[in-house]
Amino acid sequence: MNASHNAPVGVDAADRFRDASFPLIFERAAPGRRAARPPVVDGAPMEELLGEEHLRAQPPGLPEVAELDLVRHYTQLAHRQFSIDGNVYPLGSCTMKYNPKVHEEVAKRFQDVHPYQDEASAQGVLTVLAELQDDLASITGMDTVSLQPAAGAHGELAGILMIRAYHEAKGEGEQRRVVICPDGAHGTNPATASMAGYDVVEVPTGPDGEVDLDAFRAALGPNVAAVMLTNPNTLGLFETRILAIAEAAHAVGAQLYYDGANLNAIVGRARPGDMGFDVVHLNLHKTFTTPHGGGGPGTGPVGVKAHLAPYLPAPLLVRRDDGSVGAEGQRPTAIGRLRSHYGNVGNLVRAWAYIRTLGLEGLRRVSTMAVLNANYLRVSMREAGYQIAFDRVNMHEFVARPPDGLKTLDLAKMLLDYGVHPMTVYFPLVVREAMMVEPTETESIETLDAYAAVLGQVLRDAQRDPSLAHDAPRNTPVRRLDEVGAARRPILRYQVPKA
Amino acid sequence: MPYVPHSDDDVRRALAAIGVDDVEALFADVPEALRDPPIELSAPLDETALLKRVDELAARDRTTGPDFLGGGLRAHFIPSVTPHLAFQSEFVTAYTPYQPEVSQGILQATFEYQTMMCELTGLPASNASMYDGASAVAEAALLAVRQTKRETVLVSRGVHPETIEVLQTYLWPLGIALEVIELEDLTTPVPDVSSEVACVIAQNPSFVGTLEPMRSLADAAHGAGALFVAAVDPLSLAVLASPGEVGADIAVGDGQTLGNPVGFGGPSFGFMVVTEPLLRQLPGRLVGQTTDVDGKRAFVLTLQAREQHIRRSKAKSNICSNHQLTALMATINMAALGPQGLREMAEGSVRRAHQLADALRAAGGDVRTGARFFNEFVLCIDREPATLRRALSERGIRAGVSVPEAFGLGFAVTLATTERTSDDDIAALVSALGDLGVLASARQEVTA
Repeated sequence: MNASHNAPVGVDAADRFRDASFPLIFERAAPGRRAARPPVVDGAPMEELLGEEHLRAQPPGLPEVAELDLVRHYTQLAHRQFSIDGNVYPLGSCTMKYNPKVHEEVAKRFQDVHPYQDEASAQGVLTVLAELQDDLASITGMDTVSLQPAAGAHGELAGILMIRAYHEAKGEGEQRRVVICPDGAHGTNPATASMAGYDVVEVPTGPDGEVDLDAFRAALGPNVAAVMLTNPNTLGLFETRILAIAEAAHAVGAQLYYDGANLNAIVGRARPGDMGFDVVHLNLHKTFTTPHGGGGPGTGPVGVKAHLAPYLPAPLLVRRDDGSVGAEGQRPTAIGRLRSHYGNVGNLVRAWAYIRTLGLEGLRRVSTMAVLNANYLRVSMREAGYQIAFDRVNMHEFVARPPDGLKTLDLAKMLLDYGVHPMTVYFPLVVREAMMVEPTETESIETLDAYAAVLGQVLRDAQRDPSLAHDAPRNTPVRRLDEVGAARRPILRYQVPKA
Repeated sequence: MPYVPHSDDDVRRALAAIGVDDVEALFADVPEALRDPPIELSAPLDETALLKRVDELAARDRTTGPDFLGGGLRAHFIPSVTPHLAFQSEFVTAYTPYQPEVSQGILQATFEYQTMMCELTGLPASNASMYDGASAVAEAALLAVRQTKRETVLVSRGVHPETIEVLQTYLWPLGIALEVIELEDLTTPVPDVSSEVACVIAQNPSFVGTLEPMRSLADAAHGAGALFVAAVDPLSLAVLASPGEVGADIAVGDGQTLGNPVGFGGPSFGFMVVTEPLLRQLPGRLVGQTTDVDGKRAFVLTLQAREQHIRRSKAKSNICSNHQLTALMATINMAALGPQGLREMAEGSVRRAHQLADALRAAGGDVRTGARFFNEFVLCIDREPATLRRALSERGIRAGVSVPEAFGLGFAVTLATTERTSDDDIAALVSALGDLGVLASARQEVTA
């Protein structure tokens, strides 16, 4: 990979020869232009039907553009965007695997069903959802699954609220005020605990990269409502003492919560339910390859053991005596709704298609090759001159850092000039200058070799000439941004010129 | 194996480089008792078999014929150009734009989205989108609680019943009281607002279609030092007074009507737009404009000190994602239609609803509305709504969203129209309701 002839993803040819900024859609507009035309219904004026007092004084300042200008604008914007389809994207904890194209076809077949139509006229999509609900329960080793949460963090909220409802039903709501998270936890874990009204206690990572069992035991007590863990953890290491952790948590009456962000490491090979977890959320946009979409929509189904099932958010799908699938109403003990309707169905049907395509053997192959690739890249990065935070066999991801004196941020920006995406940087917080790498199973060994070669190259370049590090990236559509200025004087919208 | 590229030789080469004998050695950290659990999944399907199965299933879903379903989601016109542009693989398969130098596509499109939402709502600061309308309303209530440090939320019965359920879910763990303002003549009466109230929430048009007295409700909230939250259908804002014009502090809602399919309820997206003083209380992502080292205009995620990955347990919300792709659909759709196209859609929806209401009344239907309604209204009926929905569905018509008992209307449904509703659709519905005796029985009750 050579920066001079391998054009970075995202460079619009015209942009290279133009110093000017790329225009906004508003700057491509002119009054009277339009692309699409809806059917026009003639009839009484709005003043008559709605009343003058309900009408807006001025039309909204939306852009008026011709169809080809619209197409060019959003096509060129797409070209200014990095994507998995473009190149390798090894973000740790994000599982940026390939998104199969057949899933897009599957999703289209179900997109025009309305959630309020007669249940008998929606048996196709309801059957898909019921099958997915069962499959996810089996894959995670839980008794029941709700598909409703709209994202991983939303699933976390559902899970922690169920735990809270469970403790309250046992009369221990007042007593249990604390949620324990490891210091390496995803930021959503403590934020979720706060939203659910809990105080957060962090337990440290031990010298082997796993939860410090002594510190963990010391933090446990009758005031603990839940323990939130991900396994493998954010260092990419399997918590080998998980059964002891579960036993200790349950011994004080706490519930064990599984953050499913890292399920890709073990899918088909081990189950959170068997480890002793009481609640699990999944990120279907990670393990089950629904597209990330530039930041969402995700989908965060939540599964529970039987003792928490009374608290699951409806609608739950049930098979009726006549063989049809229907939605069960809200149980009186339930935590209540988390959002409207059934969930992010467009993603749920994609995940269903993925599981149908792979079957159990295919899913086992996913976790096996994800772990193989991550270990292969760990060894390659070590050979390329990086330090590995915990240099032992890891799971689906690992954490590295550059040699002393070099900044992770600079190296990340240098990677952009080679048309590849950096890893997750500065997370987890327990490793300084952290580079968290998760290649996923869908990358070939050749791609990993090429990525490692680029990593070696940027390291040598940065050591040879610090200005190369400081000035990177050079070949991207825009270069380093003034992020401090953006936050100090927020400009969050374009000022549309008023006629 | 699908989607995994490794040949046997690749695996051998990788294992040798790692220095282990076989792949099982990579899982040595997993306790033996946990390995190889009994997971039951059906046998894998190839692409042809998968699509055949999908065809069989999809054939069991009704997606054509006259459609009067609303309740927050409606099948409006979506031009072909919208999904074509939004579903370019660069947009679909990108992650959150944490590396702005190679993410200007999504960042700029989001800045355009934020601008469009500000224009529609008449308020100055929009986040980059949220999960859905109902959870956005709940987040708005939490924002109001943080801002005012008060612990009661007043919500109109006219707010979508599922939204009220979501509000309850979000508020109970924090000990925030939720009080419902009951409707009078299908309209929210101006309430007495006490000094404990953090916000008043009303939906316009309401769940039963009424145009609410938004200005009076805003004044009542402000008079007591509370915020006013306007839950709105964004398409309606092509013609209706904006939340900014009526004095709302926060505009929230679901963006489905701006260019996403009904999708069996998701994903669409939620939006939240606020006044300047509330900017730093906003949950969720924000995109801001800045410059790069060469002075070019560029866009970046900003004010992240509010968010979970920086603030952890002190974050404004645990929300970690936005609904980027569905918000992008709306952005492109708004640009495709422009203010004129959106207005034509809103006006067409309104006209069709009034035509339908007139036709039903003329046929003896028990139509109920507030003083003014938009593109949805109530029809009181003589049987369970689910029974009516089934009977209409068997006649090829999708219609009849249930009005919950809490509205005190007995058996009732809402009917909604769009600009796509035709004269034939209206005739078909009126005729089917007549055949089913729904209109006749109402007429008998009236005459009796």
